[in-house]
Amino acid sequence: MFEPEVVYDSRRVIPPADHARPTTERPWVRRLLIAIAIAFMALVLVLPLVLVFTEAFRKGADAYFASFSDRQSQQAIYLTLLVAAIAVPLNLVFGVAAAWCVAKYEFWGKSFLTTLIDLPFSVSPVVSGMVYVLLFGAQSALHPLLKAYNIEIIFAVPGIVLATIFVTFPFIARELIPLMQDQGNTDEEAALSLGATGWQTFARVTLPNIKWGLLYGVLLCNARAMGEFGAVSVVSGHIRGKTTTMPLDIEILYNEYNFTAAFAVASLLALLALVTLVFKTILEFRFGDELAGTRRH
Amino acid sequence: MDIRVDTVRKEFSHYPALNDVSLDIRSGELIALLGPSGSGKTTLLRLIAGLEMPTAGRIYFGDEDASSKTVQERNVGFVFQAYALFRNMTVLDNISFGLSVRPRATRPPKAEIRRRALELLDLVQLTGLEKRYPQQLSGGQRQRVALARALAIEPRVLLLDEPFGALDAQVRKELRKWLREIHDRTGHTTVFVTHDQEEALELADRLVVMSQGKIEQVGTPDEVYDKPNGPFVFSFIGESSSMPVTVENHEIWVGGRAIGLPAPHDAIGEAVLFFRPHDVELVEDGSGAALAGVVAASRRVGGTRRVELEVGGNPNRVEIDLPFDHPAGEKTRIAFRPKRWRVYPKG
Repeated sequence: MFEPEVVYDSRRVIPPADHARPTTERPWVRRLLIAIAIAFMALVLVLPLVLVFTEAFRKGADAYFASFSDRQSQQAIYLTLLVAAIAVPLNLVFGVAAAWCVAKYEFWGKSFLTTLIDLPFSVSPVVSGMVYVLLFGAQSALHPLLKAYNIEIIFAVPGIVLATIFVTFPFIARELIPLMQDQGNTDEEAALSLGATGWQTFARVTLPNIKWGLLYGVLLCNARAMGEFGAVSVVSGHIRGKTTTMPLDIEILYNEYNFTAAFAVASLLALLALVTLVFKTILEFRFGDELAGTRRH
Repeated sequence: MDIRVDTVRKEFSHYPALNDVSLDIRSGELIALLGPSGSGKTTLLRLIAGLEMPTAGRIYFGDEDASSKTVQERNVGFVFQAYALFRNMTVLDNISFGLSVRPRATRPPKAEIRRRALELLDLVQLTGLEKRYPQQLSGGQRQRVALARALAIEPRVLLLDEPFGALDAQVRKELRKWLREIHDRTGHTTVFVTHDQEEALELADRLVVMSQGKIEQVGTPDEVYDKPNGPFVFSFIGESSSMPVTVENHEIWVGGRAIGLPAPHDAIGEAVLFFRPHDVELVEDGSGAALAGVVAASRRVGGTRRVELEVGGNPNRVEIDLPFDHPAGEKTRIAFRPKRWRVYPKG
């Protein structure tokens, strides 16, 4: 007699779960992972953001907008914009120059320079602030010289700008280096061989090739420049109406139990973050391949 | 424009990429730099262009010493392997680029630039595609745009780095013929780099065969193919078979037997015999001295059958071509004599 059980039937229908690609998880694992991720994000990202706005509007829209008519808060907003307006363009120039050097040339000490560019990321902002205080503060060797020429750096706007530049330096360079390395030199060589000068090559070939990556870096740099607290806090001296930026102003207001005003200013920073996020997403969606390779932040 | 490369040496971080290379390129000539990867052919091309500067030696354009001139001053048309088209510009803007970056004094008016770019677009048979971007073109079309862009600056010499390397076989053949036509029409001195010997043999007036940073041989396709000056050129250009032999009494010996081939007068002792697999005559066994071997493997190559023979128990097999209907099977004994051959001293 036949014993069909022992005959291997190659047409046996294999359940789809066994068919699934080796890199695909089972549905319940997938759902669990997604749930954990969403719960975590809601708890640490969305909830605080919502809280900022509810606190800001707790006493109504009038109280919210009244917070901005406070002279000191206006000054803080102004100073923040000023610092960003100085720091971001400078870092734009530094960042492009540094990326250009690292990506297009071979030279001695290149890997050291690359590490140096990353330094602000690895050093605590408070420490970078302290360095400037030690360098230009009342105890430093430079102080008498600065004093003689009446130059104030620490507890004044120049110190805040310097600290901000330091902290935000890597954003643009880091965005551009992999992108420019990826693109190589041949476009530039082609332009040069066609008779273009170095400047024409940069303006007409290199810059268009990196423009979206550059804009992306500028966005990140700007967001950080406006939001920087640690380094600025050390060098600013918290002189209200003179050397407080928005993050410092928020802290002062909060410590004075002026919650509505504190959260109102905070909501501005949060809005800035959201706008940055939207732009960043659009850029990634639209020009993902022209940012740093296929890398995403 | 004559180009003279005079004992040029190029080192990359102390590794010599080119070793005292000298070469004369005649005006209007189409010349191929041919060699395996790492032979220094691209380095030589880039040195002529001014994209690299020589460690030692000079490069002359006509009578003028171009060695210390920058790439911009040399006015060369360079076509890159990966085309290097400007992706943010249209085809027309790509072709116009070289003219539009000229200083105001020598820059033609806008309408004139446009007219010349369109003319070149016509020359490379891409009329109507001037508004496209490079991403919207096929590989072959991009290569044509790259050539038109290089020609737009009225270069003194046209340099092409593996111009057809990234294209499929069909397009490559077409573009090859077409490049020859363009060269004949425009009369530019043209140097191109390739590792494809077939391409070099078909296209070039003269070949420069390079290996390990040195020029092995310079000559017309016929000279290089028929009279290779050394084992490297013989085995690199075209199909070849080789086997160790001994030279004595002006004759070539294999395994203690004369094989019926006279040897050049100057050679003596251990040597290597080179011949083309298709360039042999079959000999009836026993009728005169010949090479004899046993068929170890055979395969069909187009219209012929290529067999591998073990000659005199030698483990190095030699290949010869037989008519495809030759009855030879495994272990069949075949006697043959190369019709043309070269003997090079061993080592």
